Amino acid sequence: MKRILTGAGILALLATGAMAENTSLTLGDQLEPPHLDPTAGAAGAIDNVVYINIYEGLTEFASDGSIIKGLAKSWDISEDGLTYTFTLQSGVKFHDGSDLTASDVVWSLNRARAEDSVNAQKGLFASIADVSAPDDTTVVVTLSAPNGSFLFNMAWGDAVILNEGDDIEALKTQPNGTGAFTFTNWVQGDSITMTRNENYWGDPAKLETVTIKYISDPTAAFNAMMSGDIDAFPTFPAPENLAQFDADPRFSVIVGSTEGETILSTNNKMPPFDNVKVREALAHAIDRNAIIDGAMFGYGTPIGSHFAPHNPAYLDLTNQSNYDPDLARQLLAEAGYPDGFTTTLKLPPPSYARRGGEIIAAQLRAVGIETEVTNLEWGQWLEEVFKGKDFGLTIVSHTEPMDIGIYANPDFYFQYDSPEFQALMEELNAATDTLTRFNLMQSAQRMIADDYVNGYLFQLAKTGVAKVDIRGLWENAPTQGSNLAEVYWEH
Amino acid sequence: MLRFTLKRLLSLGLSLIAASMVVFFTIEIIPGDAARLMLGINATQDAVDALRVQLGLDQSMLARYWSWISGLMQGDLGISYSYRVPVSEMIEGRVWVSLPLAIYALLLSTLIAFPIGIIAATKRGSWADWLVMGGTQLGVAIPNFWFAMIVVNIFALKYQLFSAGGFPGWDDPLAGFKALTLPAFVLALPQASILARVMRSALLDTLSEDFMRTARAKGRTARGALVHHALRNALIPVLTIIGLQFSFLLAGAIIIEQIFYLPGLGSMIFKAITQRDLIVVESVVMLLVFAVIMVTFIVDITYAWVDPRLRRRS
Repeated sequence: MKRILTGAGILALLATGAMAENTSLTLGDQLEPPHLDPTAGAAGAIDNVVYINIYEGLTEFASDGSIIKGLAKSWDISEDGLTYTFTLQSGVKFHDGSDLTASDVVWSLNRARAEDSVNAQKGLFASIADVSAPDDTTVVVTLSAPNGSFLFNMAWGDAVILNEGDDIEALKTQPNGTGAFTFTNWVQGDSITMTRNENYWGDPAKLETVTIKYISDPTAAFNAMMSGDIDAFPTFPAPENLAQFDADPRFSVIVGSTEGETILSTNNKMPPFDNVKVREALAHAIDRNAIIDGAMFGYGTPIGSHFAPHNPAYLDLTNQSNYDPDLARQLLAEAGYPDGFTTTLKLPPPSYARRGGEIIAAQLRAVGIETEVTNLEWGQWLEEVFKGKDFGLTIVSHTEPMDIGIYANPDFYFQYDSPEFQALMEELNAATDTLTRFNLMQSAQRMIADDYVNGYLFQLAKTGVAKVDIRGLWENAPTQGSNLAEVYWEH
Repeated sequence: MLRFTLKRLLSLGLSLIAASMVVFFTIEIIPGDAARLMLGINATQDAVDALRVQLGLDQSMLARYWSWISGLMQGDLGISYSYRVPVSEMIEGRVWVSLPLAIYALLLSTLIAFPIGIIAATKRGSWADWLVMGGTQLGVAIPNFWFAMIVVNIFALKYQLFSAGGFPGWDDPLAGFKALTLPAFVLALPQASILARVMRSALLDTLSEDFMRTARAKGRTARGALVHHALRNALIPVLTIIGLQFSFLLAGAIIIEQIFYLPGLGSMIFKAITQRDLIVVESVVMLLVFAVIMVTFIVDITYAWVDPRLRRRS
């Protein structure tokens, strides 16, 4: 007995934890970034740390997805839509103390669009013909053709401004930006810490330190929230636990929208999917609500085309592909497959795909389409599906904002090759007038819905969990990454 | 002896070369392009190609094998594709989690196993023996990931005595030690069960030896004979098991590291495989292979030195 008591004493001694301070915050995230240079890697995990917090661009996304001023305090667009003149904010300093000048902007943009650039979103800069700096606070960007989404493009994490001449390799582990937080420490495999930038040119961050902890396992993430090790998990990996958090007075569940259109991608060049009737049948065989309820525990908005429902130009086309298994069977018969057919369904790791895949396989079986389901990890998926185009069906969430343009690339893995759509996209890129763009975007949504290019399932929800007294976390994810400068504790 | 050592050295070299080929080529044939994984599906093909050139992935497999192996010979483990830092630096950070965790777990397992193994052997057939045998059976049978979750639920969620996981670093040794306590305990339990059973049977074997009777006949007390004669002899198989367990614990704690989200060697290899950061996987696995082969080599030499019969036989 005495020994047991001593044991308990040791446990109690070990258990003295630090009290939470109200100027520091520990966030949880699933994916650790490979490095911290947003201009040389897939946005996701990198932007989750550095976007706006450490690095800023000429323009920025606000939490509702609108484009606001960033390092540029104003801009003029010439009549012909070809020349953008940006005026930079004054008093901006990089974290190493050097001043932001127009030549830093010129250097950053030229680097991103260079021949040997490894920028993951090189396309954002494709329309730039020339960048120049007439004086220290003015940048003039000349486009080769009018581009209505240029300001939007400049808000991406891939378009942030770096300090001219910085050692690019060093930036991968020691970022040097202009944002409200400075990078402090990275314990690889565990966490990244940022500290408030006391010399920030704008409103300083409310928190003193932010730590982002990496927990890939959903169960471990749940435990970390429940035990209080982590204050908030902005994108919580296990929707099945959300109800439990919701019922717990210590936590609040934050539900918003992401830019992720989750689709049943269909190989448009592989028979029988090269027949639009078969694709139409596929669309009617799918019960979106059953997938949202079954795979996402009710979180998600049904979509009928490749467009985010929170976008003002969104058009609700879900009725065009309503759930109607009888119609699906009839369409299959008309297409020459009265007894259905067999195809492959290749699923990448995320739970929306794995869980959604099982439900979709069952729904397709009901109309006579048999699927051979294979689970792939991302590396295999990229090789077999994305590069090799060896698939019938797959499920992926396309998470980039405003990415309907991928349908204009006939080599993109689902291989939709429509000259009309490609012409439409060219027209959209050239249009600068808001109303024209609005109409073109709606035509584009309609066109791919009419062609039943892919099965459109739902807009991925952003489901976060936070302690109740945290304020200012972004509800939506208009881009990957969110501004943490406004986050604070309410006591 | 010299001849024997040279022979062993030669076979050690050949094993290392063979191992390096197996490690490199089996890993390289895994489908998946590191550059595409890093840049994502919306990246243009020419950006991916540019990155492939930058990473040296455009070279042939043989050329890459050669540059990897010649780097290894000079102690250069290469540079991680995805992190762009030397692999040796990454390992260094992780070893300070994995090594202490393995040692901690081994200590716990030994501390648990020795007393209960000895009690079970000396009180053979008693209720204590029965309890130890049953308990260790259970300890071996319980899947440790399940046990880990139960432990987290009790100590971290219900009583909040420990963090649910993570590792704060060694800046504050007590905090680091505390963070490793639950995972070490979970890792130790099945090892302790195995060790206790080995301890018990080894001890039972020696207890029935003639020299034990002689020792008692010379006037040794039961306890004295146990400590000075039986235990010493029983330790040989036990130490062999402990050695095996240590190398298992060093790299085999992947699942436990995932559950407690510890930044150890296991989780590093796991993540490197999913990211197709092949150079990291290859170098770390090769390093572990090297460690195991070296230990075997040293053991072989020691045995031969102790027991001349082994020398002649080879």
